Amino acid sequence: MPTIAESLNNIRLLDELSGQATLIHRLHPLAKLLTTLSFLIVTVSFGKYDLSAMLPLIIYPVALIIAGDIPFAPLFKRVLIVSPLAIGLGIFNPFFDRTPLIILPWLQISGGWVSFTVIMLKFVLTVLAALILIATTGITGIASALRTLRIPKIFVMQLILTYRYIALLLEEVARILLAYSLRSPFSQGVHFSAWGSLSGQLLIKTHLRAQRVYESMLCRGFTGEYNTGSLKKFSWTDLAYFTGFTLFFITVRQADIPVRLGALITDLYSISLKI
Amino acid sequence: MSHHIIEVKNLDYVYPDGKQALKNISFRVTHGESVGIIGLNGAGKSTLLMHLNGVLFPTGGEVSIGEVAVHKSTLPVIRQHVGFIFQNPDDQLFMSTVYDDVAFGPRNYKLSESEVEQRVLSALDTVGIAHLRNRPPYKLSEGEKRAAAIASILSMSPDILVMDEPSSSLDPSSRRRLIKLLHSFKHTRIIASHDLDMVLEICERTIVIKNGEILADDSTLKIFENEELLAISGLEKPFCMQNCPVCAAGGSVKKSV
Repeated sequence: MPTIAESLNNIRLLDELSGQATLIHRLHPLAKLLTTLSFLIVTVSFGKYDLSAMLPLIIYPVALIIAGDIPFAPLFKRVLIVSPLAIGLGIFNPFFDRTPLIILPWLQISGGWVSFTVIMLKFVLTVLAALILIATTGITGIASALRTLRIPKIFVMQLILTYRYIALLLEEVARILLAYSLRSPFSQGVHFSAWGSLSGQLLIKTHLRAQRVYESMLCRGFTGEYNTGSLKKFSWTDLAYFTGFTLFFITVRQADIPVRLGALITDLYSISLKI
Repeated sequence: MSHHIIEVKNLDYVYPDGKQALKNISFRVTHGESVGIIGLNGAGKSTLLMHLNGVLFPTGGEVSIGEVAVHKSTLPVIRQHVGFIFQNPDDQLFMSTVYDDVAFGPRNYKLSESEVEQRVLSALDTVGIAHLRNRPPYKLSEGEKRAAAIASILSMSPDILVMDEPSSSLDPSSRRRLIKLLHSFKHTRIIASHDLDMVLEICERTIVIKNGEILADDSTLKIFENEELLAISGLEKPFCMQNCPVCAAGGSVKKSV
């Protein structure tokens, strides 16, 4: 379980990674946002037993992690943090769906286990894609891309301020917990008798802090529109990135590539045997 | 019309919980003046400052900048001319890079991106942190954060700078740099502070506040020489005007042998 200070660093790490200047970082935020969206749609559209057909989708996050120079370990740690949710959704499948689906001479795998693996794979891929989008574009870039798509400013503002507010909240939690632990040397964690007052304090403190941040925004002419500067032009490279990957996703969706590849190799093997 | 003039007339302010924070405050600050506001904690200094650019609105009386009354409808103009520097720079720096933070104000005033860039670079140059422009604000030292907060205001080209405790939590060398910087400004400056030595160096005029009322409004030197006034308002002379703690008779620090 990461400490609060580590969580704070984790949140900031994605922001810092988004400041790099790799090929992926230089792409237009809109191209990256749309590509991620098409990836998400294709990923979730697979059926519950389409395990082999989905596998080529792994290429997308792996390619971006390599080209975007993103450290894999911190990304994967974040995926693990939210994994209990997906495990909770799929864990009963192996118990309810016991029909054998994959039958090998030495092993039979039930449909439940396959659908559970598909849920986990979908979960890992979608969360990774979202994290990679933040790590290569930054929340401000994503916000400007959303505004370009004419998403109402109120929703974009909500997104940005919530993202910023999490960091403020964690900072306050870190301070409160430090103050608590310094005066309670023998207790492990926070005693439940203090939960009420600590969470109340936290709420009030973060509310006041958010109020001051908002005031400082107002003092600098903020009127509800989060201006992130003019976006650079959408170039041919951006278009090629978007169309290239989207075509790849559609191909993966339409053709079961691993099965076709397997059939092709078997054919070639049998032809070579005949020769 | 000059936007550099601040006029406060019979200002009253009562907080929603019923606490009267300001009572009948009146003063006028003219073009280029540098005015210190001093008083104990809770005297009403920050509340007063927050009225100067419409973060708070008076319960009674009025505040005008130039000849424009501070009112909801005039806020965009007022806030462009009055730059407010918060006590805690962390409250003021919320974007992902220093550059974006300094550009936040000019972008809100819909300036072209080239004009924004020119203003940002010039503001960062003025405060001496141009090399930090791509750093995230939370990774800066306190002194650098303060400089970034000041740059975020300078980029809006204000006529008046309002500062709440600008030297708090700064190390001596950062504090000295800040004083030099504030000295170099030609803006009208209003500085609320407990750092009386800094007030003495920067402000030619000082207003003393106690329990939300003005106790005195005079030249800074006269205020700090008036021991009776300082005693009533719970303040002390600046350290540089006090006797040497080592060699004075009854000095508080003993010389080591």
